[in-house]
Amino acid sequence: MNTDIVMKRTEASPVDFRSWFMGKLLMNMTWPDYFRSLLTPFNIVAAIILSVGLPILALRFYYGLAFATHASNEYPWGLYLGWGLFGGVPLSATGFIMATAYYIFGFKRYHPLLRLGVLTGFLGYLFAVIYLLVDLGRPWRIYYPMMIGFGTQSVLFLVAWHVATYLTVQFVEFSPAILEWLKSQRVRKWAVMLTIGMTIAGIILSTLHQSALGAMYLLVPGKLHPLWYSSYLPVFFLSSSVYAALAMVIMVSTLAARFLKKRCDSEFLESLPKLTLGLGQGAAVGMYVYFVFKIIGIAHDDNWHYLNTPYGYWFLIELVGFVLVPALLFTYGVKKQSVGVVRFAGFYAVFGIIFNRINVSIIALNWQLPEHLHHIIPPWKEAAVVLAIATIHVLIFRWILNRMPVLHAHPDYRETH
Amino acid sequence: MNIKPNKAAIKDEVAGEKTGGDGPEQKKTNGMNRRAFLGTVATITGVTLVGTQGIARASADFSGWPNSYGVLTDLTACVGCRSCEKACNEANKLPAPDKPFDDSSVFEESRMPTQKAYTVVNRYENPKDKSKPIYRKVQCNHCKEPACLTSCPIHAYTKTPEGPVTYNPDLCFGCRYCMTACPFGIPAYDYWSALEPRIQKCTMCHSRIKEGKITACAEACPTGALTFGKREDLLKLARKRIADNPDKYVDHIYGENEVGGTNWMYIAGVPFEQLGFPTNLPKRPLIEETKGFLGAVPIVLTAWPALFGTIYAALRHRDAIDEENKSAEKKEGVKK
Repeated sequence: MNTDIVMKRTEASPVDFRSWFMGKLLMNMTWPDYFRSLLTPFNIVAAIILSVGLPILALRFYYGLAFATHASNEYPWGLYLGWGLFGGVPLSATGFIMATAYYIFGFKRYHPLLRLGVLTGFLGYLFAVIYLLVDLGRPWRIYYPMMIGFGTQSVLFLVAWHVATYLTVQFVEFSPAILEWLKSQRVRKWAVMLTIGMTIAGIILSTLHQSALGAMYLLVPGKLHPLWYSSYLPVFFLSSSVYAALAMVIMVSTLAARFLKKRCDSEFLESLPKLTLGLGQGAAVGMYVYFVFKIIGIAHDDNWHYLNTPYGYWFLIELVGFVLVPALLFTYGVKKQSVGVVRFAGFYAVFGIIFNRINVSIIALNWQLPEHLHHIIPPWKEAAVVLAIATIHVLIFRWILNRMPVLHAHPDYRETH
Repeated sequence: MNIKPNKAAIKDEVAGEKTGGDGPEQKKTNGMNRRAFLGTVATITGVTLVGTQGIARASADFSGWPNSYGVLTDLTACVGCRSCEKACNEANKLPAPDKPFDDSSVFEESRMPTQKAYTVVNRYENPKDKSKPIYRKVQCNHCKEPACLTSCPIHAYTKTPEGPVTYNPDLCFGCRYCMTACPFGIPAYDYWSALEPRIQKCTMCHSRIKEGKITACAEACPTGALTFGKREDLLKLARKRIADNPDKYVDHIYGENEVGGTNWMYIAGVPFEQLGFPTNLPKRPLIEETKGFLGAVPIVLTAWPALFGTIYAALRHRDAIDEENKSAEKKEGVKK
């Protein structure tokens, strides 16, 4: 049967190729049907968001960064990096966590979630780079750290190299799904052979750049509030990315099973509740580890006295409200075998991670400057661009899930796993 | 005026250099490149020993360029005339200011340098005598081990042997990490330029120094609040002034040790935290904070493949044993 497909592909005339390819894009619908299928409330809201955000984005490249940022010398980084890069990258650890769990540690039951994790990771990194390109003053020089000047003493140099390499690694990791969709068997075989190597490369690169994002803030002991500044910052960022990934897989799989049910095969839907509980258990362990690390961080620098200050209360809201409480919820959900509670805790923990990264990169940074809290409110244009990019992220995610074998195994390859 | 730094010391610093440049500045750049190259090897390919030793030797012993120049600002002498601002504006051919340089209404708010003004003077209330406010000139402090240079992933910054920290817009891609990293919040960005945005900051008149002149601001200062000279001499001068007038000055030279020392230094009559100076900075250069992390990178690159490869092999090993046991059971079953 496999050879049949290869034969058909090679013999196909250009016209057949075109109809075959359009069939792939339109999911075998006609244009009018396809457009009709797009008229949903979600898509209409998305269209409104994009019609506001995308023109602003275009004008940002015409007028300069000042058009859609604070343009402040004291606050050089805003939401593009705080949300898109520092918030997005830990939530994109899904690829490396799921691949490591499955291929290296042998959690074979998690197979239905493997590709979803890799896709979440790949798109997360892709969009982190897109946010970075929006924020860079001269984005067309993005390759400079690779080819023009080697600032090896800079943590950002390491981040640049590793994010670029890891994006490629994740693309290779996800490529079997694309190649199955395109029915390109021979190339798929090559891609699959690379899997273990890519997984181990993913572990190395993720360990280093997840922690490096924290290490970037090691340079600012004078600016970052002592409760968030710590020589353990790399450890905090790496360890929290582990549970962030598990919570993110819970969140994405929940949304996929709810809104794209017809794309999920029975294996995915039947195993999901049990796997969700397993992920929740892992996330709880990860969060307790992270919680203890954070306590060690306070003790190491003897920062206890800061806890009874306004920033201390904010810190406690983050650490207790968005780490300890969701961790306890995970534990409770797993104990009671309640998938609903674990799912709620998953969404909660994802929010908590973003909360932490925004705190480090925006709220606790420059805390001593006058009128600090006034300055960190993003201009509406910056928020509109972020919202538009996030919407495109969701739309592309959905586009892929609708077409490629992610939530379901491809019929031709069901046996090969 | 002899502005050539001590050649012997520089030679020692870049010992082992094969392609020496023609001037001291060139040599420094090459020295950085060697350091950069070893680091690149370590960071990218994980040649552990060469990399970490190279980094350690090149930067741990580097305590700043000997005979580099600096400026000492004596805040007790500054009268807030803003002649330095005017001279800086002219020397750097910056656009005309929003308010003229003799307009004292600018003191009503605290200002920071911008892409249009590399230096600004701010006014602070004098706790000793309210009728005599204190004026403070703000500009790049030209750190001995600058955090902007440390943070830059493309090496757009150079610490010149003459003292100034300079920036090359041709290498910059606009990440603005230097602005986040600078402990003094100095680099300003040209946010209004879509095609050629760049960092702008005080250059300590590097080109003027190379011509044998002193900085434009120090030349323009009518009260002697700004003294240009070799950093070592300025330190001696500052210590002498403090020793001779212990009632006039607080016993602290700001910039002597802050973040490893700066080439622009200050003495004042009131504690520096009352004048808006960041006083929570470590004494060691900020690069020290990230050195441990970057040193661990080649270790992870080397050890992780072996560690996780072994875990993978262990799993395969167990699978093989299970497989063998299964087929053995089957065989026995057939026999029975």
